[in-house]
This record gives sequence, structure tokens and C-alpha cells, in this order.
Amino acid sequence: MSDEVRTLVIDGRDVAGASGQSILSVARENDIEIPTLCHLEGLSPVGSCRLCMVEVEGTSRLVASCVTAVEEGMRVTTRSSRLLAYRRRVVELLFTERNHVCSVCVADNHCELQELARSLGATHFELAPLHPVAEVDATHERFVLDHNRCVLCGRCVRACDEIEGAHTWDIRGRGTTARLVADLGVPWGESTTCTSCGKCVQVCPTGALYEKGRSVAEAKRRRPYVPFLVARGQA
Amino acid sequence: MTSTEATEPLSRARRRPVEPLLPEGEARASANVCQAAGCLSMQSDLVFEALRERVVAAGLGDVAVRRVGCLGLCAAGPLVEVPERGRLFDHVHADDQAAMDALVATLAGGEPGGRETSKEPFFSHQVKVVLERCGRVDPERVEDYLATGGYQALTQAVATMSPEEVITEVARSGLRGRGGAGYPTGLKWATVAKATSAEGKYVVCNADEGDPGAFMDRSVLESCPQQVLEGMAIAGYAVGAHNAYVYVRAEYPLAVKRLNSAIRQAEREGLLGSRVAGTDFEFHVEVRIGAGAFVCGEETALLASIQGERGTPRPRPPYPASRGLWGRPTLINNVETFANVPAIVQRGGDWYSSIGSAKSKGTKVFALAGAVVNTGLIEVPMGLTLRQIVFDIGGGLAGGKNFKAVQTGGPSGGCLPEALLDMPIDYESLAQAGSHMGSGGMIVMDEATCMVDVAKFFMDFCREESCGKCVPCRAGTVQVHRLLEKITRGRGTREDLALLEDLAGMMRSMSLCGLGQGAPNPVFSTLRYFRDEYLAHVDDHVCPAGACEMDGGDR
Repeated sequence: MSDEVRTLVIDGRDVAGASGQSILSVARENDIEIPTLCHLEGLSPVGSCRLCMVEVEGTSRLVASCVTAVEEGMRVTTRSSRLLAYRRRVVELLFTERNHVCSVCVADNHCELQELARSLGATHFELAPLHPVAEVDATHERFVLDHNRCVLCGRCVRACDEIEGAHTWDIRGRGTTARLVADLGVPWGESTTCTSCGKCVQVCPTGALYEKGRSVAEAKRRRPYVPFLVARGQA
Repeated sequence: MTSTEATEPLSRARRRPVEPLLPEGEARASANVCQAAGCLSMQSDLVFEALRERVVAAGLGDVAVRRVGCLGLCAAGPLVEVPERGRLFDHVHADDQAAMDALVATLAGGEPGGRETSKEPFFSHQVKVVLERCGRVDPERVEDYLATGGYQALTQAVATMSPEEVITEVARSGLRGRGGAGYPTGLKWATVAKATSAEGKYVVCNADEGDPGAFMDRSVLESCPQQVLEGMAIAGYAVGAHNAYVYVRAEYPLAVKRLNSAIRQAEREGLLGSRVAGTDFEFHVEVRIGAGAFVCGEETALLASIQGERGTPRPRPPYPASRGLWGRPTLINNVETFANVPAIVQRGGDWYSSIGSAKSKGTKVFALAGAVVNTGLIEVPMGLTLRQIVFDIGGGLAGGKNFKAVQTGGPSGGCLPEALLDMPIDYESLAQAGSHMGSGGMIVMDEATCMVDVAKFFMDFCREESCGKCVPCRAGTVQVHRLLEKITRGRGTREDLALLEDLAGMMRSMSLCGLGQGAPNPVFSTLRYFRDEYLAHVDDHVCPAGACEMDGGDR
């Protein structure tokens, strides 16, 4: 990232960022909130959840603000009725894709997906839930992987690879049958690469990864831990 | 370096004896037996053996029997052509004595049998640039390719032209990417040529053809792989790349085999490798085989797959032209795009741009499939109308049925109705009509086809092939498919229809790559032109085409 300054307008406000900085990052520096799910400061951006899509004047296409660098003179809109409707729909797609039942979830009230639904006003669903049969992997001595709650954001994959350097996690399969997988498809407890560091658990936005012994609504992430990881990741 | 040195490998190749098959021009007559996948699946290899035995037995010493690539009329295989007499024999089987007798008689100069190709619109309406040598040369013999002027363009380029001149010529031709998006090829080449990289650049040929009903790239690779390699080498010279990959899907084993053999033979002739055509230009080509993912035809997913990573797309920019394979500038073009290049370099960009329409220059190869009489591989000038393709070249609908729609552009294309049959085929017209050029799949549908069912078919395809990286495509394709399933079973409501359109619109705007953005196109185009069919399913619970099985009863 160079030190050259880029000035632009986000939601009608004049703001400045460094060249190479993402729209999302500049927006957040200026307290303009754009919803995200796959994004986590310190991990490489992948632009896969599509919640951070914004409108840029002069192009008909929406762009993912987490992977789009600011440009001089850009005019960005982060809130519009169209964007809100699309974001709600994405959240709805996530909720209906697996079995997200907040009332019996370890992450209830500490869940980013739940919070997104709340903040976007996604209170009712038009789409029918898919009710897939998804496994729970409790073979690890300290942690649990519940595929029912996984949103395939890939944060755990990146934290494990980029920060811990173990690359225990990856995604296998494709489409809606894609699943988080340890090593080459072994139960988590049998993974020979997992260091049991728990970083994946701390970065998980939902109740897909949690510590054993937690019951409903008890999987509160240790938030101070995350910036620490991020600082390591950026070093 | 002088130009005689540059052409030296060519003359050496020409001197090599090509026994027992007489080369073109030396034989009085030749029998070209198609050995592309379609005819091979009907044992055209046995036809070749049987015919050769018959020719030897008949004592026809001045007749050549050749293995060649696709002869085009795939529906009527196995095919044998006698080009000197302008005759094509269809449905030729090794044990069919009557057909063999007719062939031998034609070759011997007697009463010609078979079909007269010049009188059939299927052949006479075509203009062949990409397929110029398909069905004329043995795909497994570089000598055949050389004998028909192959590698002269490359030799000419490296010996007499600067890279800039090559790019200018390609830009002047007006050639646009034949993989589907239609990006100007000259501009792409110029971008990669300008990119600087101390670690080198790459050329990649996208041969991960996967659209349902499409077999253009497969046929080109099976019929004349050298032409694609020559185009790639010219591209490498133009952009300053010394290494190249051809990414072919594993479902094309014959194409892979012929490509590998073509690379080895071209290297042996000194036309690929460390010193291309005797110059200092170095160009190495390797084949990479896909693992069965449609999404790997998307360029960033394809590059990830070549690197040994999971084949998922990444957001662009950066584009491969600046950051591609292993982060280095990479030129990625489709098979057909590369196959156009040798002719452009040799005959000039102006010649190429004289073919086609105002904004879409040259020719386009289509895989004509579905409910037409003449299914097969065709190459037509841009600007020809759909009607000319379906009814003249395609011979109209099979079984005397009525035309309903033609689907172009694969799963991200659209279905065009009868009212648009007189529309010229070019990038702009197709896009305006809600479809797109795509890679060249063209599926003709008759009156017995239900358009809602067609939309469901393509959505099912996208659902299966979604990589799962971004949410709108991963879960959106599943939900849209479920709604279409519901409608085709007569259980859909007006609300479902509204929801369908809403979801499809969201997917188009929000998905990460072309697969998800294009996935709703079959839904949109069928809604645009065949909305009454959707309404019949929803309101009256009937399928007008009689193709869908209605659940009936309660909704």
C-alpha cells in the first residue's frame, strides 16, 4: 500500500483513503457501516459473501467493497433500497441453506449471521428452507464442528492457513453440497495437522465451530483474542 | 537470421516420405475418413481399415485413404469424403458392402456415389477459417498440417514481423474472444504485451468447453490441434511469453491425446520448443487436464486449477492480463480464438475483417444440436441469420415438427423465439435479445419442448456446477431450481413467479463470477419470450407443450 491519497465520496460524504485501500476499509474508518460476513480484518479478503456489495457511479455493476480499491473521484453508495433488498436476500439464502435454528444454537446472541438478519430487518423468509442432512463432528478433544451452522465464509480456512500456518481446513465438494473439511477429509480429531490452537473457533461468525462444554447461547467469542490474531496476521 | 533459415524446418518436413498415404495433391483421389469422436464412436476406425483394404485390393495405387478430423455433419456419421469428386458418404459402416463398393467406384473414377456437397446448403453456406483444415488433414500428422501451409504464419511472424506488428494485425482483424464474452483479442494481446514482469509471462488456451450441447473446441482440437498450437505460439511471440498451457477438460481424452502428440511432433519439427523455427524465440506448451468442474472455464478459476489449487473464481480486477498464473501477466484465450490467428497473420487483418458484420468480424463455429435435421459442426460468417442456420444449414426441424426456440450461449445464454429468427448472429444482436454469443453451442428446440422445463434444465446444470464460493450462486441456483420444479409440476403460484424473478435479478447483480451472473439468463429469456407458458403452468396447471408431468389436485 503506497501513501498516495485518494479522495472519493461515500454516501455523499467526502472521504480520503490511501491508494490500494479497499472501499470497505475507508468506509469503516469513517464510521460508514457496510455489512460483511466473510470479511475479517487481518485475513485476506475473498469477496465471497457478497453482502458488502456497493454501487459505484458510472458502472452498472455492483462491486464488492472488500476487494475493490478506492479510486480518485469515485462516488460510492453503500445504502439503497436495492442494496438492502439484495443483502436481505443473501441473508435469507444463508438461513435457508442449512439448519440455522437460533433458539437452540450455541452462538445465539453472539452470532454474526443473526446480527446481520437483525440489522437488515430480515425477519421473515419467503424461501423454503432446504433442510439438508448435515453432520456434527465432535471428534476433536476440545472443539466441535457443526456443519448445520456453517455458512462457508472460509474465515476458519484463512485463519488456519494465513495466521496459524497449518492449513488444516479447506472446502471440499461444490455448490450447496460444499463442506468444510479437515485435512483430506478426516474427522477433526484425527487431523495430523491441527495444532488445536482454536483460532478457527474464535473467527467463526456463527455456531459452526465452538468449544466443547458450551450450551445454548454460550459460545461467546473471546473478542480481545481476535485483534491479537489480526495483529499477528498483519505483521 | 534470414527467412530461408526460418522456413527450413518446413521444407524438411515436406521431404519426409508419407507412405502409404499419398499427400494431398499427389493423389488422384482421396478418401477422408472422419476420426473425430462422433464418427469414432460409430467405429469409423474400422471403416478406415476396411476401406484401405478395399482400395489396395482394387489396385488403386494413386488413391489415398486418410484419417481426418471432423467432417461436420456429425448426425450422419460415420462420414467419408472424396473431396476431388465433391462427394460425401454418410452412415458408412465397415461391413456395409454396398457403401464400400460405391466408395471404391467413386475413387476409381466411375459413377460417383454419395451426396454432392456443393448442392447442399449445409456445406455451401459455410465459410471456413477455423475449420479450414478440419476434415482435410490427419490430426495426428504434423506433415499433413505443414503440407497445407501450416506453420507458415508462425514462421512469417517470428522471422519477418515485430511483436507489435503481429498485434496490430490481430487488432485490425477485429477478432473478438470466441470463448463467449467477445473481448477484442488485439486489445487483450496489447495489454499483456505492455505488462512487465521479470519472471516471465504465460499464454493459456482455455479448452475447458463445458456448455451443454457444445463441441466446437473439442472438434477443433481433435481435428487440427496444430492450428491451435500455431495460434498460441504466435500469441506468445506477440506478448513476450515463453511458456504456455492448454487447459483441457478430462472428458475429452481424444483431444488430449491428439494435442499431446501434436506438441511432440511440433517440437520435433522445431516449430515449438527452445528455438522456434530456428530463431531465438522460445515457446513451450504443456497440457493441463481439468478435473470435471464447469466453473474452471471461468478464467480465474482455470488459472487457480492450473496452479493446483481449488478451481474457484476470484474477484477481478486484477485481471489475468496483469496478474494471472502465479501472479504473472497471462494471456488467456479460447481454442477458437487461437485457431483464427494463423489465417489472420498470413492473409492479413483486413482480409479477416472483410468477413462478417459491422462489429462482429470473421466467422463463428457453432455446434448445431437439438431438433434439427443436420446436427453437426458448422462455421459461418458473422451476421448470418438464425433462420439461415436453422433452416438452410440445419435443414429445418427433424420429423417435420414446428420450430419453437433456439438456445445459444449455453447455461448463461438465452432462448430465442421464432420472431427473432431473422436476427443476424453477432455479439450485439444476441446480447440485445437477452442471449449471448457464448462459446457457440446452438440448441434447436421444437414444439414439444416446454420452455419452463428448459429453464429448469439449465438451472439444474448451474446448481450442479456452482463452485459454492459465493452465496448468491451457491444457494440461489438451488432456490431458483426449486421454484422452477414447483412450477413445472403445476404447484406454482403467482407469488412463486414473482419470487423467481426477484431471486434471479439478485443473482445476476450479486454473484461473483460469470457462472452465477449468467445463470438466471435462461429464466429471464424464457420469461421474456414465453411468459404465457409460465402462466399456463401457474394459473391453469397445464403444460402447453405437454412435456411436464403435473401433480394435479391440490396445490
